[in-house]
Amino acid sequence: MTEMLSYDFMQRALLAAVLVGITAPAVGIYLVQRRQALMGDGMGHVAMTGVGLGFIFQTSPVWMAVLVCVLGAVTMELVRSRGNQRGDIALAMLFYGGMACGKLLVSLSAQAGAGSLESYLWGSILTVAPSDLAVIAVLGAVVIAVTVGLRRQLFAICQDEDFARVTGLPVRTLNLLLAVMAAVTVTVAMRVVGLLLVSALMVVPVVAAQQLTRSFAATQAAAIALGVVVSLAGVTGSYHLNVPSGPAIVLLAIAVFAVFSLLAAPLARRRHRARGEADQGPKVCDVQLPSQGSSDATTPEQRAGLAQ
Amino acid sequence: MTHPIPPAVHLRDAVASRGGRPVLRGVDLTVAPGEVVALLGANGSGKSTTVKAVIGSVPLEQGTLELFGTPYGSFRAWHRIGYVPQRTTAASGVPATVREVVSTGRLAQHRLLPFRRKDREAVDRALAAVGMLDRAGDGVADLSGGQQQRVLIARALVGTPDLLIMDEPMAGVDAASQQVLADTLRAEVARGASVLLVLHELGPLEPLIDRAVVLRDGCVAHDGPPVPNTGLHALPGHDHVHPHADLTPPRLLA
Repeated sequence: MTEMLSYDFMQRALLAAVLVGITAPAVGIYLVQRRQALMGDGMGHVAMTGVGLGFIFQTSPVWMAVLVCVLGAVTMELVRSRGNQRGDIALAMLFYGGMACGKLLVSLSAQAGAGSLESYLWGSILTVAPSDLAVIAVLGAVVIAVTVGLRRQLFAICQDEDFARVTGLPVRTLNLLLAVMAAVTVTVAMRVVGLLLVSALMVVPVVAAQQLTRSFAATQAAAIALGVVVSLAGVTGSYHLNVPSGPAIVLLAIAVFAVFSLLAAPLARRRHRARGEADQGPKVCDVQLPSQGSSDATTPEQRAGLAQ
Repeated sequence: MTHPIPPAVHLRDAVASRGGRPVLRGVDLTVAPGEVVALLGANGSGKSTTVKAVIGSVPLEQGTLELFGTPYGSFRAWHRIGYVPQRTTAASGVPATVREVVSTGRLAQHRLLPFRRKDREAVDRALAAVGMLDRAGDGVADLSGGQQQRVLIARALVGTPDLLIMDEPMAGVDAASQQVLADTLRAEVARGASVLLVLHELGPLEPLIDRAVVLRDGCVAHDGPPVPNTGLHALPGHDHVHPHADLTPPRLLA
């Protein structure tokens, strides 16, 4: 353990892991809430173009990825908010185009070594440079400030967008802000978990946590805690077993999810039993359709004839 | 305008389309202070689109909208409006408690400030009004459809709105919840709130309704006292007594 911590690159990798472990689930919970769990996956694909551009222009791939990914995320949000019927096709184009473009650019660039793109795809603890760490720290801090600080607002827009608009929230601005935060998170996390597995760290800790929680606040807290634990454990395992960090982290997260889902059923039963003893509420279903509730029998034809 | 109090909703000549298909072709709709207006019509007649136009989530291509006398573009007093959307489900991809969902109705009041004691008390009051206070800590996904609807109504009531907009509040709601809903609505009207209700049929809320606006194909087909011969009330032998048929000025209700 102490030997591992004596290496500079491991110190950086573990620090990055903590930041990623916090930011990815902190943003991911809103995507899961909105049933857009695969959004992060698409952004990871788009970010590849940014990495490719970074290779070509010999600049920092991280900053280029941030730029391209934010543009991609804003595009995706505009497609989503317009509720376009063919929105999914537009997104597919964006995802595949981003991935293809990235690979093409990387192979055109001068430093097209065998492992160069590989480390961005799967994550690598050896590649977190000191300059990267500074970028990750700054971006991570922004993401955490927004996703935790604006929790009530973001919860409201992801829970019910129309309702949030009627409370006077700047829904469009908040949606764009959330999309940009997701994009930034993808690029923050890409060094540690890799672009292909970024989405997993945004989603799996959240769905694992919600097996055992009932409130949004508890889910977010538990998901972040879980994200930090699996990221640290994954990076450590990656060091000892000499495997890429991304897959190690993600498999650990999935294992936690599996254990939590096994625990969920007996826990829910106990909870229900406890409540059943506390208050003797009705144990039968009382749901009635309105047509049964009113005395008159109505047929769909009669109801449809209302306007005539 | 010579009105001492401007109408809560004043929609004039509204034209709107969804997905390229024209849905509203010049709808006029006014809700006076303290008035309860039911918006009726068959499926696809434009009821829900009219309501979405009123809350601004469907943009108007033509026509004007004023809320409490302020043009929509410069309207900021959103805390005066409580909205109950057409319910599919109150649950989303992540678990949330009844209290968390209802608390979002308070965002217009506390904005970026932290949630304070008076916000929490307002949430408690709204939950008590719909009889769901004892379920505050439960997940919304664990509730029945009628109970979820009550939660959504509590969410709209938590800001004590001057205008309550409800889209099909009775759809798929169990009998117990229908009763709670009617009682809640009665209390809100007694408090002086204006109400705009989208309904499929007048049903059990009929005694509360001052005026009915019937839409057909995106146009107003009727605007006046609730017409008894619509829907199930057209059945022969249905004895119908309407308490508001004398067109009492609605402001007297306040």
